[in-house]
Amino acid sequence: MKIQTIFRMPSPYRDDFRIKAYTFGNGAKTLCIVGSMRGDEIQQQYVAGCMVRLLRVAEERNLLADDVSISIIPCANPSSVNIEKRFWALDGTDINRMFPGYEQGETTQRIASGIFEFVKDFRYGIQLASYYLPGNFLPHVSIIHTKFENVDEAQLFGLPFVVVNDPKPFDTVLLNYNWQIWDTHAYSIYAGTTDVIDQEMSQKSIDAIGRFMIAKGIMRSEDAEESVAQPTIVSQAEMINIKAPRAGIFMLRCTAGQQVKSGEKLASIMHPCEGYEICSINSPVDATVFFLRNKSICFQNTLLFRLIPRC
Amino acid sequence: MIQTVTSLEMPVDEEFRIVKNHLTNGKGKRICLVTGTHGDELEGQYVCFLLAKMINENMHKLHGTVDIYPALNPLGIDTMQRGVPAFDLDMNRIFPGNFRGSMIEKVAHDIYTDLSGADLVIDIHASNIFLREIPQVRISEMSADNLVPYAKTLGIQFIWIHQAATVLEATLAHSLNSTGTPCLVVEMGIGGRISHSMCNHLLDGIQNLMYEMGIWSEPPASLPANDIIVCQGPDSVHFLNAQTSGVFVTEIHNDMIVHKGQSVGQIIQPLTGKVLSDIVCPCDGLLFTIRTYPIVYEGSLLGRIYKYPETK
Repeated sequence: MKIQTIFRMPSPYRDDFRIKAYTFGNGAKTLCIVGSMRGDEIQQQYVAGCMVRLLRVAEERNLLADDVSISIIPCANPSSVNIEKRFWALDGTDINRMFPGYEQGETTQRIASGIFEFVKDFRYGIQLASYYLPGNFLPHVSIIHTKFENVDEAQLFGLPFVVVNDPKPFDTVLLNYNWQIWDTHAYSIYAGTTDVIDQEMSQKSIDAIGRFMIAKGIMRSEDAEESVAQPTIVSQAEMINIKAPRAGIFMLRCTAGQQVKSGEKLASIMHPCEGYEICSINSPVDATVFFLRNKSICFQNTLLFRLIPRC
Repeated sequence: MIQTVTSLEMPVDEEFRIVKNHLTNGKGKRICLVTGTHGDELEGQYVCFLLAKMINENMHKLHGTVDIYPALNPLGIDTMQRGVPAFDLDMNRIFPGNFRGSMIEKVAHDIYTDLSGADLVIDIHASNIFLREIPQVRISEMSADNLVPYAKTLGIQFIWIHQAATVLEATLAHSLNSTGTPCLVVEMGIGGRISHSMCNHLLDGIQNLMYEMGIWSEPPASLPANDIIVCQGPDSVHFLNAQTSGVFVTEIHNDMIVHKGQSVGQIIQPLTGKVLSDIVCPCDGLLFTIRTYPIVYEGSLLGRIYKYPETK
């Protein structure tokens, strides 16, 4: 294992800002995994750290292919993680909205440029991503439709769902989008939660990345090959969004990944001052709960659930 | 008449509302003044006040409709936050919104729908808390042919025609311009403050535009200047970025003619008393942006200089 500082910048008053990469193997740039890029992506940081531990063991046991190199950036934004701010604290900008970056530009453009310079030539790229809405997901692989995406390959992670997203204008400055444009096979893994660690869901992400590496011949397995169910390919347009008809206290009655039946209760919205149920949120169809809001209050019209209908 | 553009419930005994002042007299064109998209930008608040006051006191001079939207992000203005509190989102990156989307996408959709079809929208911004800007109109090059005549009538001395960027397609101005509603973006002053003279000058420009469009029956007392700079082309603007992290100190103000080799300021280190970096003008030109917030990281924007054509 080789540890290198891929980007360094002095801070006016704090310790230097450093981004480190952990690299295994000496072959061609094969796989790059990027962990937390926002300061609240603790689950993503944890998964990346576990991957470093896993690969260190794999390297010691000679399980890595001879001609590969795998790099992991567990944290691309330690400055924000350390003060528990999602974005770059001085100006509120988001490193993951600055790719491919600009080395002569503003601070977060320079950071993005420094990251991209390191990650851009890998064959495969995996970002441990989070969503801008507060909530829990079913662990899944997400890919942006750029015409370069590879849906078949995404199934090798063995996660139950592969979500294909049409890019919006602001998606064109994401790492995942730019990776694809620069010829890297790019995937975002959503490990279920963001600012809290869910060990079961993080293990599913770790297992998924391991399956992908074995399937692509990057790593050998000491165990018998496990069989996984064929994933469901789904686009965002196929999902059913359920929004809050009223504001109030949001009481969940289901979990991410739960199979629900048409009419089944998903949540209640309670009157915040009088304690009674203002409205019941019920599933309109038989479905899998793909996303759920995990905050205890909601505005009217807040997105509460995303469901994947069962055929 | 105060009208609600969109509203929805907040969790505890409060309603989220976007409101506008709908001022109308007779049939005629409609212009809209919008501001407060970023909660830390306040210059537009005073312009809204001045325009509403002018019309209220002279309703007989109005021949059409003026809609004034002081706060597209009322929660942000109320709490001095640039983005939308509770959502951590830049309101100017989600247009044209989505009727079926999340709460804030629905709000953006309702604003966009309400503005669509106006004869002109003026979207006032006030930089941020870090940078001071001279009054300027910013226009994407794809909209330049249509918008520059309006911008010149507004009488603001500096028009910056910038290159199109995909990420800016989610701004209110782009969403309106690309669907047939002309929208000028005015940028001036600094976040968190109100500069009276700039606001008064812009009011004159808006009155002149209204007069030229036939919405107002008399021109402003002081007509806008004619010596307008139209800044266009990829090499027209030089960006001064910090080469090191530290504390930026300067004696200079924006709206100044600067010369190649002139000092703009220094980046210093309080702990050691050392000057970490001398910031020097790379060209002759007009300094139209200057940093006012001293703490900088490598790359922080310190200023922008419009390079005179003969010096390019």
